[in-house]
Order: sequence, then structure tokens, then C-alpha cells
Amino acid sequence: MVGCISDLSACLIDAGIGPGLAGFLETLVGTLIVTLLPLTLVIILVWIERKYSARVQDRVGPNRVGPFGLLQPAADAVKMITKEDITPAGADRIVYNIAPILSALSVILIWAVIPFSPVHIGVDLSIGVLYFFAVGSVGALAVMLGGWSSNNKYALLGAFRVVAQLISYEVPNILAALMPVMIAGTLSMQGLVHAQAGMWFAISLPLSALLFFISSIAEVGRTPFDLLEAESEIVAGFNIEYSGMKFGLFMAGEFLHVLTIAILTAVIFFGGWLGPGVQEVPALGWLWLAIKSTILYLLALHMRSTLPRVRIDQLMSFNWKFLVPLSLVNIIVVAFLFKLVQELGLTPAADETTNIIANLPQTFILLLGNLAIIGGVLVYLRGLGREQRLANEMAAAVDEDVEHHPHHDEEVAAAAVAD
Amino acid sequence: MNLVNEWGFVGLFMAIGWIFPTLPLVISWFVRPRKKNDIKVSTYECGVETVGDTWVQFKVQYYIYGLIFLVFDVEMVLLFPWALAYSSLDFFAFGAGLLFIFLLADGLYYAWKTDALVWK
Repeated sequence: MVGCISDLSACLIDAGIGPGLAGFLETLVGTLIVTLLPLTLVIILVWIERKYSARVQDRVGPNRVGPFGLLQPAADAVKMITKEDITPAGADRIVYNIAPILSALSVILIWAVIPFSPVHIGVDLSIGVLYFFAVGSVGALAVMLGGWSSNNKYALLGAFRVVAQLISYEVPNILAALMPVMIAGTLSMQGLVHAQAGMWFAISLPLSALLFFISSIAEVGRTPFDLLEAESEIVAGFNIEYSGMKFGLFMAGEFLHVLTIAILTAVIFFGGWLGPGVQEVPALGWLWLAIKSTILYLLALHMRSTLPRVRIDQLMSFNWKFLVPLSLVNIIVVAFLFKLVQELGLTPAADETTNIIANLPQTFILLLGNLAIIGGVLVYLRGLGREQRLANEMAAAVDEDVEHHPHHDEEVAAAAVAD
Repeated sequence: MNLVNEWGFVGLFMAIGWIFPTLPLVISWFVRPRKKNDIKVSTYECGVETVGDTWVQFKVQYYIYGLIFLVFDVEMVLLFPWALAYSSLDFFAFGAGLLFIFLLADGLYYAWKTDALVWK
């Protein structure tokens, strides 16, 4: 039975099925599992998200339907399916109906390249990293189509913001993923995980991991970057006219996207399925990946329930004047240090890549470079902040002076005359 | 051994991926009520009737960000092969990459200095 989990087609051939058919069945079962898994997970995610943010905000959260409110998402699904479908007058019907499906689909497609364990992966594409960036950006298109086709001004404003936000944050997101690709020398997701057998990239490249996670949160459109649906400004943004299951699909797509970026961060920077005992029992990889991505997912949830929303000019400045230049500096420094490590012969030998000790010199140098950048940025920001504070204090002092001595000049003049 | 190669799998995935998000919509089609009226399908705008055309022109600022993004998007496509082959190249590859990144950083600097990045 355990053999069947690791290699289904061999198991089927043992059971007397032809190798061609067995291979096809294996692919089909794999596809079904990988498409159905995210959709099943959504039901749990909705509950976790609502319960968690309720706890953070000192509320109880869903607690009526089922034990601990666990059946609430199911009740919500039934409610959404039985709702009347309303297409607003003047909407572009076809685009309006395609958008929610596209939104959910773009996330599900990412799951095709996520490695769950050494042997379980939808398909290990040789350009896996490029694939998930390409497929993931279809989600931005879905949001834009939805906002544009609704024939609603708020929805259109939401769509505008999507154009600005989602495409801008894609730049630091992809630039951050460039570093692991450079060190691993591969674009395949399974290859990236194998390259971390000696040391996680999160330890040797903490800045890249941070940049990737932050810009991913912005890509998903989560607080503090949830401008595309800002409830208090443009009511609900792009999905304002959507109701029933179409709205449900947008929500499902968004909830799932958050989990997906947590998993991607875990795979690219935190070693994916790597963990004790994976070599002996490959299925254990699921557990390690689940633990790592759950921690990152809860971090994203915590950010959502605690941080305020940024303004659009702050959002754009933060990206183009901070994240992008930082990513470029990061690339230059890491590329230089990596080449230096190679020239000095400190890279682990081909047969020692899984050995932690052999990886230490390289990790140490890269980590030092990363910390130097982070430290430099912090010092620079501190100087900038101090300058601004001093300027503010000066301005305030001048104001105060003018207030207290409105006739200061005249007094001085009078004193001079008296002398 | 497999009948389908890896891109065939992606194709299969896209074919099947459509089905599951569409399924709830199809079920909903059968069970949902149909009681439309003009007020119900009118465009929502906080209780007042909409004025004017919805599909207005984009603010020009969005185009500028779009253009800057395009520059960087092309850059990233060109940087990936460089990063992929980096470990097998000599020190010259670092210089070439540096030159390339500087050209783009210069573009960003120019946009910054000409106030293209200021949200007006």
C-alpha cells in the first residue's frame, strides 16, 4: 500500500494493467488530486481565516454551525449556490462571467508545479519558476476583467488600481526569486528543493526571502496592500457587483492564493518538503511542507488582521523607490559574493551538496552580504528619518517663535533706538 | 512510460482545471431563483442613480507605471538565463550582468528624477 502512494503506475502494473494505461491512469489521478486538493482546502481555509482574525480582534468568530463553527464554510457555500444571479445592467456579459472562473483557475494552475514530496509533484517542468509567475499573473487579468466588465465606477477604480499595484509588485517578486535560481542553477521546482538539502535559502538569502514574501502579499492584494478592494474607499472594488457563487469564486481564489504564496515561499526559500526521514518515507514530505507553509500562512493572516491599509501613493513609492532598488542591489551583491565564493573554491563539492558543514562557508559569506545590505538600509533610513524629524522640529520651533513674540522685530528695533 | 509528456500534463491540467470552478456555477444555474427586475439589476452606487458613462479614460499615471513595468519585465526575462547559467560562467559574467542591471537602474533613476514616480 505504501508502495502505491510513492509509485502508482508500478503498483497498477503489478495489479495486471498494461504499462501504457497505467501511466495514463497515474497522470489522470495525479491531475485530479492536484486540482481537487486546493478546492477542498479552501473550505478549511475560510474557517481558519475567519476564526484567526476573530481571535486577534478579540471576537469569537463563527461558532453556530457545527462544532466550533467548522461547518460554517459549507453553509456559506450552500447559501452562495442558492443565491439569485444578478448581472448588472450594461455589463459586458461574457467577460463578466469568465472573470471569476479565471480567478480561481489561475491559482489552481500554480499547483501543477508545487512539489509536495520527493515523488509527488503535478509535473516537474524544467522552467517551473517561470511557469508559476506566468500563470499567477493571469489572476491580475481576472481581477481587471471583473472590474472592467461590471459597468460600475467603483469596480473600474478597483481595476485601475490592479493595473498599478499587481504589475508593479511583480518586479521585486520575480527579482527576489532570481537569487535562489542563480545559486541552484535550475528553474525546476524539484531542483530548487534539492538544492536546499544542505542549507535553506532563507538562511543564506534572508533578504530575498523577505522581499519575495512581502511582494507576494501585495500580489495577492492582501492587507496592508488591499487597495484593489478597499472597503472604506471604493466599497469592495472590483467585485462590487458580483453576488452568489461568482463572488464565492473570487473569494475562493483569493483565500487560496494566500495559501499558495505561503507554499511557494516555503518551497523556494524554506526547503519545501525537506525534513527528517524524507529519504526513507517520501510521503513524509507532505507533512514537512504542510508545517512550513502553515506557519507562513498564519504570518500572512496575522499581517492581515493587524496592519492598516497604505495609501496608493505610499504603495507605489514603497515599490518603485524602495523594493525595486533594493532588489537590484541585492542581485548585484549576491552575484558578486557567489562568484567570489566560487573563485575561492568555497562552494561545496558535487558529492557534498547535502552536507551542512560543507555548505557553511558559502552560507556564511552570503548571509554576511545580506546582513550588510539590511544594516546599510536601516542606517540610511534612520538618517533619513532623523533629517526629516529635525526639519519638522525646526519648522515647529520657528512657528512657536513667531507665535510667542509677534512683535519681536519691533522690540529689537525699539531697544536699539533706546540705546 | 507515460503516455503524456510534461506539457501534455499541463494541457490536461488546464482542461480539467476549468471544470471544477465552473461546476458550482452550473449547479447554481439549476437551483437559484430567477426574479429579475429593473431596480435589482441597476448599477450600485451607494444608493444614488449613476451619472454619466462608466467606461472613462484611464488616468495617464497608470500608463507611465505600465511603461516602467514593461522595461523591467523584459529585463527579468533576460536576467533568468543569465542567473541560470551563472554558476558555470567565469567572473566576466558578473561584469556583464552588472552592466545590464546598471542600464536598467539608470532607467529607473531617470524616471525617478523626472518625477514619473510621483503619484499626482
